[in-house]
Amino acid sequence: MIDVKAVRADFPILERKVNGRPLVYLDSGATSQKPRQVIEAVARFYREHNANVHRGLYQLAAEATDLYEEARAKVARFIGAAPEEIVFTHGTTEALNLAAYSLGELLVGEGDEVVVTAMEHHANLIPWQQLARRKGARLVPVGVTPEGELDLGELAEAISDRTKVVAAVHVSNVLGTINPVPEIAELAHKVGAVVVVDAAQSVPHLPVSVRELGADLLAFSGHKMLGPTGIGVLWGRKELLEKLPPFLTGGEMIREVWLDRATWNDVPYKFEAGTPPVAQAVGLGAAVDYLSSLGMEEVRRHDLELTARTLEGLLERDYVTVYGPTEPEARGGVVAFNLRGIHPHDVATLLDQEGIAIRAGHHCAQPLHRLLGIPASCRVSFYVYNTPEEVDTFLSALDRVWEALG
Amino acid sequence: MSPYEEVILEHWRNPRNKGRLDAPDVDVVEANPLCGDVVRLQLRVRDGVVEDVRFDGRGCAISQAAASLLTDMIKGKPLAELKGMKDEHLLDALGGVIRTRLNCALLPLRALRKGLSSA
Repeated sequence: MIDVKAVRADFPILERKVNGRPLVYLDSGATSQKPRQVIEAVARFYREHNANVHRGLYQLAAEATDLYEEARAKVARFIGAAPEEIVFTHGTTEALNLAAYSLGELLVGEGDEVVVTAMEHHANLIPWQQLARRKGARLVPVGVTPEGELDLGELAEAISDRTKVVAAVHVSNVLGTINPVPEIAELAHKVGAVVVVDAAQSVPHLPVSVRELGADLLAFSGHKMLGPTGIGVLWGRKELLEKLPPFLTGGEMIREVWLDRATWNDVPYKFEAGTPPVAQAVGLGAAVDYLSSLGMEEVRRHDLELTARTLEGLLERDYVTVYGPTEPEARGGVVAFNLRGIHPHDVATLLDQEGIAIRAGHHCAQPLHRLLGIPASCRVSFYVYNTPEEVDTFLSALDRVWEALG
Repeated sequence: MSPYEEVILEHWRNPRNKGRLDAPDVDVVEANPLCGDVVRLQLRVRDGVVEDVRFDGRGCAISQAAASLLTDMIKGKPLAELKGMKDEHLLDALGGVIRTRLNCALLPLRALRKGLSSA
């Protein structure tokens, strides 16, 4: 069991009030709050060790490099990978753009196909659209069942000898659906396609082992898992990373440079052009330590308890429509919903008056909302610092919104 | 709960001038594609004056209440006067709108300006 009271004491922002009420933060799917351990690790880096990495021949530079590489090793252990398979980026979006660009250069040509799903965040859709446009390839979208799950039958049909890449989200940021990545990978690997997973909503919330998932490339962000903004990760199988051409080019990613050409550094440095987000990596390392000390099994159990309580409360209110699976076990810690005839923005604004922060909009998943036949939705999402009492506060505030506008 | 001033709640529950006009002189649609708010504004103009007005649309309470209130404000007014209408006129009449929702409140005014520029 997570000692939520002790956890909350680690998050300074939870002490503040919003509109005269204690903050009830239910938008961790957008970004998580930060514990003092992370805030202090970033501050300590700047205060005591700041220097550029991998270059300086002086003490500070050596310390900064050690801390940066130590963060890489921590992240690698956290997802069951090797350190050289961890590429630091500025976030999931950059990691997925890297994947789409470099895979495109390596293996996608005219008439080839890239399979995506209708529940993708724009970050795992638009890079593939752009790739298809650039290469004359075809984007093949796979639909979602009425229960809010990936249509695996349609996926099996969509994958063919022409498929070079299958890109899918692990946990939908709207429906909460946990997609069966091992099954997706099995289907894709049968035809030799590369599997790219958007794990932005899964790595922070579920125990994730990249070997068990069977994917080839996997992306996530630091800021959704208690770490700083500006740091993300692209994990890749070493043999694939070695084959992939670089995405961003410039300093640090090279071995030798002439005026007319250059050769590349080893992985993962080949993909880390320019000065990396060093302090942010160190902060992410501290975040990984924090999550590991709680235990990811416990983090998952805590999310599940809050999600189940939320689903139960929402489903018993007849003015509420819930999107996605109704079984909490089939979901990550996000729940999207609407109040009959009320725009999500009105719900979010009214809840904000009671200090409750929820998300309202299309959550960067416009095609999915079009499929659901709605312009937007409300979304609550949880993390280790949220309590069952906060869920109850949110549910009773929802009743007041319904009274005011319903 | 106060960002929804009584005037907003009142217009949301009892919209004024909602519907369509036959053969309007101005017929304009403005939308906020990011949130799905849509406002359609129709005017009948005689001698440079708004003789009748209707709105239709869907979306949040603030955009729809603002559209309803705007129709009340512009009925019987000369077009020349409406062309000088400022954001504050509508926002003040709504009893003030919080910063995060100004776009919603001003959607119907954008529709009016678009309609007037083509009238």
